[in-house]
Amino acid sequence: MENLLEVKGLEVSFPSPAGDFKPVAGVDFVLEPGRTLGLVGESGCGKTLTALSILRLLPPPGKITAGKINLQGVDLVTLPEKEMVKIRGAKVAMIFQEPMTSLNPVFTIGNQVTEAIRAHQRISRAAARRRAVELLRAVNIPRAEERLGDYPHQFSGGMRQRVMLAMAISCRPLVLIADEPTTALDVTVQAQIMGLLKRLREELAMSLLLVTHDLGIVAQATDRVAVMYLGRIVETCPTPLIFQSPAHPYTRGLLRSVPRLGQRIRRLQAIEGVVPESSLRPRGCSFHPRCELADERCREAEPVLETVGDSHLAACHKAPPPAGKTDG
Amino acid sequence: MVNYLLRRILIIPVMLLMISLITLGVMHISPGDPAALRYGLNPEVSATALDRMRELYGLDQPFLTQYRGWLIRVVSLDLGNSFIDDRPVQTIILERLPATLLLNILSLALIFAVAIPIGVVSAWRRGSFFDRSAGLLVFIGYSTPTFWLALLLIMFFGVRLGWFPISGMRPWYVQFMPPAAQLRDLASRLVLPVFATAFGGLAGLSRYARSSVLEVLRQDYVRAARAKGLTEKRVVWKHAVKNALLPVVTIMGLTLPSLIGGSVIFETIFSWPGMGRLGYNAIMNYDYPVVMGVGVLSAFLTLVGILISDLAYAWIDPRIRYR
Repeated sequence: MENLLEVKGLEVSFPSPAGDFKPVAGVDFVLEPGRTLGLVGESGCGKTLTALSILRLLPPPGKITAGKINLQGVDLVTLPEKEMVKIRGAKVAMIFQEPMTSLNPVFTIGNQVTEAIRAHQRISRAAARRRAVELLRAVNIPRAEERLGDYPHQFSGGMRQRVMLAMAISCRPLVLIADEPTTALDVTVQAQIMGLLKRLREELAMSLLLVTHDLGIVAQATDRVAVMYLGRIVETCPTPLIFQSPAHPYTRGLLRSVPRLGQRIRRLQAIEGVVPESSLRPRGCSFHPRCELADERCREAEPVLETVGDSHLAACHKAPPPAGKTDG
Repeated sequence: MVNYLLRRILIIPVMLLMISLITLGVMHISPGDPAALRYGLNPEVSATALDRMRELYGLDQPFLTQYRGWLIRVVSLDLGNSFIDDRPVQTIILERLPATLLLNILSLALIFAVAIPIGVVSAWRRGSFFDRSAGLLVFIGYSTPTFWLALLLIMFFGVRLGWFPISGMRPWYVQFMPPAAQLRDLASRLVLPVFATAFGGLAGLSRYARSSVLEVLRQDYVRAARAKGLTEKRVVWKHAVKNALLPVVTIMGLTLPSLIGGSVIFETIFSWPGMGRLGYNAIMNYDYPVVMGVGVLSAFLTLVGILISDLAYAWIDPRIRYR
């Protein structure tokens, strides 16, 4: 299928007197129309920065220093800011991890939703208001009409995330980026929001880039998954495969660390060691200091993403070679 | 909200009571009294005469008795008569208040109108040429003694260029001019004092607005507003500024005392017939009724001002409004 969004060799750096700090160091992935891609990784692996790069909303002084982000063939990295404004919210929308602080406390919900609509559509205030009510209904906010005049602090966290979602879909974007959309919410509310996301993605035929560290959410909601470690994609494959035959030792470690219901365990399984600072990236494979399979080659040469199965890629010297092919 | 408002209003009389008590107390413990000031060095005036005079003004009575007498008169809205010229204190204050209010309201308006845009743009374009030159200017503004600046302004614009009159508010001859010319005369007399009084405040407030906007620009909702596809202009001037102004409004409440109290220094330099000079002269003359009148009125208006700024804060910030 044709790719809607293609990220190639994306690099993000933060200049600092002690040398550039590169939290995203060459990320590649593609997002197909109408599909959901899960971007998975530990805190600090660069997944949020990758997501923000797509909208070019990196916190200063962060900058995209290399790579391409193609949206329908247009490179967003080199697009002038004036054009970029027309992409944000219209073609690519985003919801954030912190629904509690992502709405402006001093403006009403109605004001903020209609503002999102009117940023990209030339319609009257009254029409935007009607559309806002529709949108709030679409995200299951009860008494939508009355609540337009309410302020964010009168909404719960889950309700605020619904409002964020209503704003995000207001212009029927091609791509919705959801950065840990449920991390800050209660488990029951999480399930509701994930259900809503799934339904809206289908109804509006959007593509969804779901940034998360929750493998349960990956299993439920995504078609494909990309695992990030220290600013790089280390493995990517259709979602079921990551659970059946993970190829990268880091992915396997992640999966092992998920506690399972019905399994009696004394201690949670963890991956040994800690994520090193991105500024102190190890030579060779960046995972080798924590990897049980690491040998001389892993310490010296950096592995690249290679096919290990049917649309399954991994960046590991120790990954099993694709079936029907011998080590070469 | 009503409860809160009621509490805030009820506390005002209590505060006034305490402020007036302290004011009179300070006047009393300062050495000297009106009688001694006027006749103490005159060998022709006997001690008995001085005592008679003290008796006349009620200064021989115990402190609290004097305070009670003053308080009873004030409750019936009588601030007493000046020791110096025996005119009612109300009349004297009403003569002086408009001059101070006019000067300070204009100066405050100028401060806000100029400092906030400077602060916002500095924060928005942080590190730009504009930001850095504004920073330098503010540094100079902050460290310049304003009385000295006032003198320089008078020398340059008043004396050398002759653009503006150097002192006074309403010279005797303006009464013979047509109203429009009177107004023009007043306006030209306001330029230098307004600029001089605004200058120091300008520096402080613009820095304050800058840091306030910088703080807000880091918030999640600003990033979310950008993600909606709003232009940078709209993000800054709508989403950031309204939030950043919340603390600035509080600052405004704190500038209110000087608004009413007037500034002794500037009113002296520019011969401005305002409250600052009135209060200063009254203190120097041990004119207790005027000192008390000016003090209590300033305190009252200040308390009301702070109340208003709190209400304004609540009006801007819905989170407070509903509590």
